[in-house]
Amino acid sequence: MSRKMTGAKMIVEALKDQGVDTVFGYPGGAVLPIYDEIFQQNDIKHILVRHEQGAVHMAEGYARSTGKPGVVLVTSGPGATNAVTGLTDALLDSIPLIVLSGQVPTFLVGTDGFQEADTVGITRPCTKHNWLVKDTEKLAQTIHQAFHVATTGRPGPVLVDIPKDVQFAEAEYVGPKQIPASPYQPKKKGDLDAITQLVELMERAERPIFYTGGGVINSGPAASQLLREIVDATGFPITSTLMGLGAYPASGKNWLGMLGMHGMYEANLAMHGCDLMIAVGARFDDRITGRVADFSPGSIKVQIDIDPSSINKVIHVDLPIQADVGHVLEDMLKIWKSRGRKTNSAAVQKWWAQIEQWKATNCLAYTNSDTIIKPQHALQRLEALTKDRDRYIATEVGQHQMWAAQFLHFEDPNRWMTSGGLGTMGYGLPASVGVQVAHPDALVINVAGDASWLMNMQEMGTAVQFRAPVKQFILNNERLGMVRQWQQLLHGERYSQSWSDSLPDFVKLAEAFGCKGRQVSDPAELDDAIREMIEYDGPFILDVLVEKHENCFPMIPSGKPHNEMLLSPEAGAFTGGGALV
Amino acid sequence: MVLNIKQGASSHSAYDLRDPNAQIEERHTLAVLVENEPGVLARVIGLFSGRGYNIDSLTVAETDHEGHRSRITIVTRGTPSVIEQIKAQLGRIVPVHDVHDLTAEGPSVERELGLFKVGGTGEHRVEALRIAEIFRANVVDSTLKSFVFEITGTPEKLDAFADLMRPLGLSDQARTGVAALARGA
Repeated sequence: MSRKMTGAKMIVEALKDQGVDTVFGYPGGAVLPIYDEIFQQNDIKHILVRHEQGAVHMAEGYARSTGKPGVVLVTSGPGATNAVTGLTDALLDSIPLIVLSGQVPTFLVGTDGFQEADTVGITRPCTKHNWLVKDTEKLAQTIHQAFHVATTGRPGPVLVDIPKDVQFAEAEYVGPKQIPASPYQPKKKGDLDAITQLVELMERAERPIFYTGGGVINSGPAASQLLREIVDATGFPITSTLMGLGAYPASGKNWLGMLGMHGMYEANLAMHGCDLMIAVGARFDDRITGRVADFSPGSIKVQIDIDPSSINKVIHVDLPIQADVGHVLEDMLKIWKSRGRKTNSAAVQKWWAQIEQWKATNCLAYTNSDTIIKPQHALQRLEALTKDRDRYIATEVGQHQMWAAQFLHFEDPNRWMTSGGLGTMGYGLPASVGVQVAHPDALVINVAGDASWLMNMQEMGTAVQFRAPVKQFILNNERLGMVRQWQQLLHGERYSQSWSDSLPDFVKLAEAFGCKGRQVSDPAELDDAIREMIEYDGPFILDVLVEKHENCFPMIPSGKPHNEMLLSPEAGAFTGGGALV
Repeated sequence: MVLNIKQGASSHSAYDLRDPNAQIEERHTLAVLVENEPGVLARVIGLFSGRGYNIDSLTVAETDHEGHRSRITIVTRGTPSVIEQIKAQLGRIVPVHDVHDLTAEGPSVERELGLFKVGGTGEHRVEALRIAEIFRANVVDSTLKSFVFEITGTPEKLDAFADLMRPLGLSDQARTGVAALARGA
């Protein structure tokens, strides 16, 4: 059977063959042939966004919550440039995306044609790889290749730029199985000698710690399962980056909480004082390490990562294992068991006693109030009232994001969508829509700040149109809270441009979008307001007026080492180190 | 706790455990074998500019027409950890098939071709020709007032030639950058 068809039809065919059920996009001149094909089929659902940046963040939310790649369709020129922030976000957080962009016809390329941009040039540094397809014969093959590259090895976003005449022209369609194997095949299995050495280190370690990251979640649910098994069997403490929350359950007995700039006191001090650090799918970001020269000075560092460029990039590691996290954890568990499940349990017990001492500091302590809602309290109530549900959390970027990471507890992977590497304000609302599209019956909440939320608020229209009942939980302090906090602590209390003047009335805004809103400022009404938000059958904006000058603690000021954390005045006096109280 | 790692235990070339804290800059010649597709050179150069690495010289040409392969030879400079990171980052580029560190992997030969225009008359002209002969440079263009010399050799040899020609009227030079191959089979 000849499968000759237009390039536009080929694109839809290729997406179907790749198992795509949802595309987030926005039409325009250079993608009209593709939109014409989308109109004539029912297998792929198209979510019409309000801005292309929203489309990419939605695809990220979709991808993070399902483990499948997200697919985006945008037009040439401004359509593609609007996607750049989302692409960069996905690159830094290793999220698999396939962005298809229209381009002016090949005979206009290079002439500064209408809505022409050098999309491949612009997106080269913010994609894992990209392609400009000049020939319809190569189109289907390139799209299949794009899925392979996006999802293989360390995942990431890719872009395929498709000129309009390539969409109109006809050629033979090839399916994913008919194309030659891609030369891009990163290795998955870890070196067994190195893994055995790691096991030897684990058997001897006196103060071990697992430091895990987004790589565990990217590796798939099996990796999280293996991690749980190995952590519980060895009894070693475990901390995680912002990106890795949920890989090990927050209710697990070995859980120390998140580490890093706003991480838990006990987690950071344990990282500082450990003698064996096992980094699993984590990349020693500057928000994790603090001052590099003073990072965990006395430890042997082992790093498991699929990306060789992540190893030894920031911190020199003593034992690198380049491989897929899941494969290594499996081998590690097998070898450790076969050697008799040994640990230096007496020493590890002592280590735990030390950690318990640090825990007693109660680093998340804050003074609650009867008259004003404290943001920490709002999140504690949100946690209490939603933890038993099938719950997905997205966040924007700032203080609320850190409080959410501290006060919401994740029991499973793929339940936490946040912009970690790039720190993109405006990520959360569209991401929550993407999650909800993938999980129509789940409770999807975007924990937001007022300033971040405004950055992509147009996507409420998308939520309403597609009946995505996302809950927008806005901690409204009428400030750019994290900026204000840094100005207070590090810039002599000069609050330059960090307040939100002329904020909209979020309740009226909700009504204007055709959904429901409520404002709450009395702590006594908070539970009721959260319940109304959860129970409402549709998108909901809850405008929580919170304390305006609350600071997010603990905090390691940038450039300081782990043992020089700032603690809130409420946290207990510290015993046993040089931290600033 | 003492870590007992045998060298090369994890058989990846990027991880030879040199002193990570060495701050001495090294000069390395890298051979990068790439798929000859549009934009591949831009990806490699963009990596160097985007991450702040140095390029001393760069050459690129197709080396296998049938196999669509090109060879990019880059001479770069950095501390050992920066060199390792450059290699790992290059290896991460999708159309890059292989990265060889010719400086670290054993003996290699390096050659560069240079064209040097030297103007002058009388004794200077004779002296220029004499030196060219010592360096085995060829005259590829001649007028009554100038020569263009073609010379092949290591970058150091070309530097030495240029230094000698400068007082004799060196007015222009064009150099290809380094091409390099590992020695032996």
